[in-house]
Amino acid sequence: MGFFEKLKEGLRKSRETFFNHITKILKSRRLDEDTKAEIEELLISADVGVEATEYIIKKLEEKKSEDAFGTLKEVLIEILSKPNGLNIPVEKPFVISMVGVNGSGKTTTCGKLAAMFREEGKQVVIGACDTFRAAAIDQLKVWAERAGATFISHMEGADAAAVAFDAVNHAISKSKDVVILDTAGRLHNKRHLMEELAKINRVIKKVLPNAPHEVLLVIDAVTGQNGLQQAKTFREIVGVTGIVLTKLDGTAKGGIAIAIAKELGIPIKFVGVGEGLEDLKPFNPHDFVEALLAGDDNDNT
Amino acid sequence: MFEGLREKLSNAFRVLSGKGKITEKNIEEAVQIVKTSLLAADVSYKVVKEFVENVKKRALGEEVLKSLTPDQMFIKIVRDELVRLLGEREPLKLVHNPSYVMMVGLQGTGKTTSAAKIANYLKKQGKRPILVAADTYRPAAIDQLEVLGRKIGVPVITGDRRNAIKIVQDAMRQVKDSGYDVVILDTAGRLHVDEEMMQELEEIKKMIRPDEILLTVDAMAGQDAVNSARTFNERLEVTGFVVTKLDGDSRGGVILTIRYITGKPVKFVGVGEKVDDFDEFYPDRIANRILGLGDVLSLIERVERELDQEKLEKMGQKFIRAEFTLEDFREQIKEIKKLGIDKILEALPGASQVDLDTSEKELRKIEAIINSMTPQERNNPEIINASRKRRIAAGSGTTVQDINKLLKSYEEMKKLMKMFKKGKMPFGLKGFRF
Ligand SMILES: Nc1nc2c(ncn2[C@@H]2O[C@H](COP(=O)(O)OP(=O)(O)OP(=O)(O)O)[C@@H](O)[C@H]2O)c(=O)[nH]1
Ligand SMILES: Nc1nc2c(ncn2[C@@H]2O[C@H](COP(=O)(O)OP(=O)(O)OP(=O)(O)O)[C@@H](O)[C@H]2O)c(=O)[nH]1
Ligand SMILES: [Mg+2]
Ligand SMILES: [Mg+2]
Repeated sequence: MGFFEKLKEGLRKSRETFFNHITKILKSRRLDEDTKAEIEELLISADVGVEATEYIIKKLEEKKSEDAFGTLKEVLIEILSKPNGLNIPVEKPFVISMVGVNGSGKTTTCGKLAAMFREEGKQVVIGACDTFRAAAIDQLKVWAERAGATFISHMEGADAAAVAFDAVNHAISKSKDVVILDTAGRLHNKRHLMEELAKINRVIKKVLPNAPHEVLLVIDAVTGQNGLQQAKTFREIVGVTGIVLTKLDGTAKGGIAIAIAKELGIPIKFVGVGEGLEDLKPFNPHDFVEALLAGDDNDNT
Repeated sequence: MFEGLREKLSNAFRVLSGKGKITEKNIEEAVQIVKTSLLAADVSYKVVKEFVENVKKRALGEEVLKSLTPDQMFIKIVRDELVRLLGEREPLKLVHNPSYVMMVGLQGTGKTTSAAKIANYLKKQGKRPILVAADTYRPAAIDQLEVLGRKIGVPVITGDRRNAIKIVQDAMRQVKDSGYDVVILDTAGRLHVDEEMMQELEEIKKMIRPDEILLTVDAMAGQDAVNSARTFNERLEVTGFVVTKLDGDSRGGVILTIRYITGKPVKFVGVGEKVDDFDEFYPDRIANRILGLGDVLSLIERVERELDQEKLEKMGQKFIRAEFTLEDFREQIKEIKKLGIDKILEALPGASQVDLDTSEKELRKIEAIINSMTPQERNNPEIINASRKRRIAAGSGTTVQDINKLLKSYEEMKKLMKMFKKGKMPFGLKGFRF
């Protein structure tokens, strides 16, 4: 199954309940008050948030389009269109740090990412910087084995930054291509935990001044408006370079990513559409919105 | 932290204040702001709509109490309605022996952690809980529960580690006549639309006939909670919720949603990653939280539970006899530090980074001052005269003024403590902030 198919498959549910609905409403309508009210309900019910929804509706009004449906698509694509390629450095290793609140899917995404790089023939090192949560190290180890990556870990309770240091050094000395660091889940309002994350970055920089090249914030598609605050705080403290939106295989629409893109301009780099090794897809705004909006005619059964 | 909601609400009420009556006209804007605020708090769109309609109806129908301004009256109505919808606080209903508690929910919401927290909670109440690890899907899920079980001294049944149904069968055999009275079952995270996985839960339910089926819900969840909570409830008839990650700064509007959609009670809330970070559900406190009034009481309760019971009783006695000394004060500060000042401040409305920094500084100062006292002075603060104050100030690198402030807040705290009943930890949260 190609990316497009898979993405569509993963997003099938949301398309049915969300954009399918929009399609139905908008195809035959211009942007009158009733239509606006319905778009508002649909966007808010998708976790886009009050502010971003108002912004989108304002945009629709400005464009004075006869085809509100087409225009909505355009507006959404525009919001989501940010350069979202990976910042791969000329000199290896390429260091990626995974961060996010508890249970969002960091560890699983580490495994999926490693598999993706392995597929490209790259040598991957995974560093187990979650030394806090029960059996987090064992969990990551299984993923490293599945993906065929080298696994660097210390004991439970060890210093997370020290693990990061070792993983990066290992990659340098063995000329590996990619280092993926899994970190412990933490709520962004816990200052001391956020400080630990900053420390990991500082320690890595001692070995590789430009690392980590990517700091990916993993956000559960179920997340409501708090996702915006997560993105703000994590960006402030560790300089988030991209979002991974996970669990899009459920009925959650992940609309908070639209609010984040609009408000903070952080690009979405990947989407998670399942619990398997291959269930990570690069995010392409056009395909994404296209996949959400297109094909509704066939699915309308 | 809950600034947005609170500010907006107070704005709404400002709109109303100054006018003698709540009228069709002046209520509109207030209602609109409440609506927006609740949406920003992640309450489901449909629920919000109905909620504000009810509030409006009540506000227009009700006489404004003499003692209240219209805006106060309005906030009272909003709050009452919230509390009513949030429902009663309900304990676990464990009737069989052994009784089964089944944890279910979406991926990563906190089932495994909450299973251990419940076991720990029951154990502290004198029950004999046992855990069953029936998540055979997520890598190392069974190890995770084993680690947690070891931490709290509760055994974990893992069966063949491969087949959830078999593990459950195994567990049922093992716990029969074993003396364990509550069996807590951890299951794999799953999507409510995953037919096969939902059937697995139905099958397990049929086998164990659980007294409680608890759906874990992430406090940060948004609008889709309507779908997942509804489906889980329809398929399994859940008996209640565990709302997790309330130690974050999400407004927790999802609690209103799931209550409204299912009518099932919230039985516990998770307020951290550690096994003790667990509270019973108090609807009025959650309503306060949603309205931005903070969650102070719930925190006090946690402090009580975490403190050594014996020490607590001794202190309680002292409080009653007003024998609470600065030595005890110092002990308390240690406990506060153990718990984490940031946690305490998180529970206080409007606390900011600045508060955290100053509170940390202040606590350090208080400790330094008390450390510079002689044991006699600590146990008998009345003897601290001017010259002693100067000595203590010099010894602790503070000023006489600081000493005076401390002694004054100590006196206030002592007075406050007399008012609390025996055995309670009368935490004067404001008492130590000077
Ligand atoms: N359906 C689905 N489940 C996912 C996806 N990504 C992760 N999960 C599941 O979500 C749960 C949590 O994933 P983890 O990778 O452990 O999350 P984490 O962020 O590392 O969690 P902590 O380290 O505890 O903070 C697991 O059950 C995963 O299988 C996804 O894209 N779709
Ligand atoms: N801050 C905070 N973290 C929590 C709380 N409850 C659970 N967690 C964390 O959330 C993450 C997921 O918790 P788990 O107990 O593994 O969740 P789960 O539902 O068993 O996950 P799956 O089995 O993968 O579906 C872990 O990092 C936990 O430490 C809570 O109340 N507060
Ligand atoms: Mg993890
Ligand atoms: Mg689990």
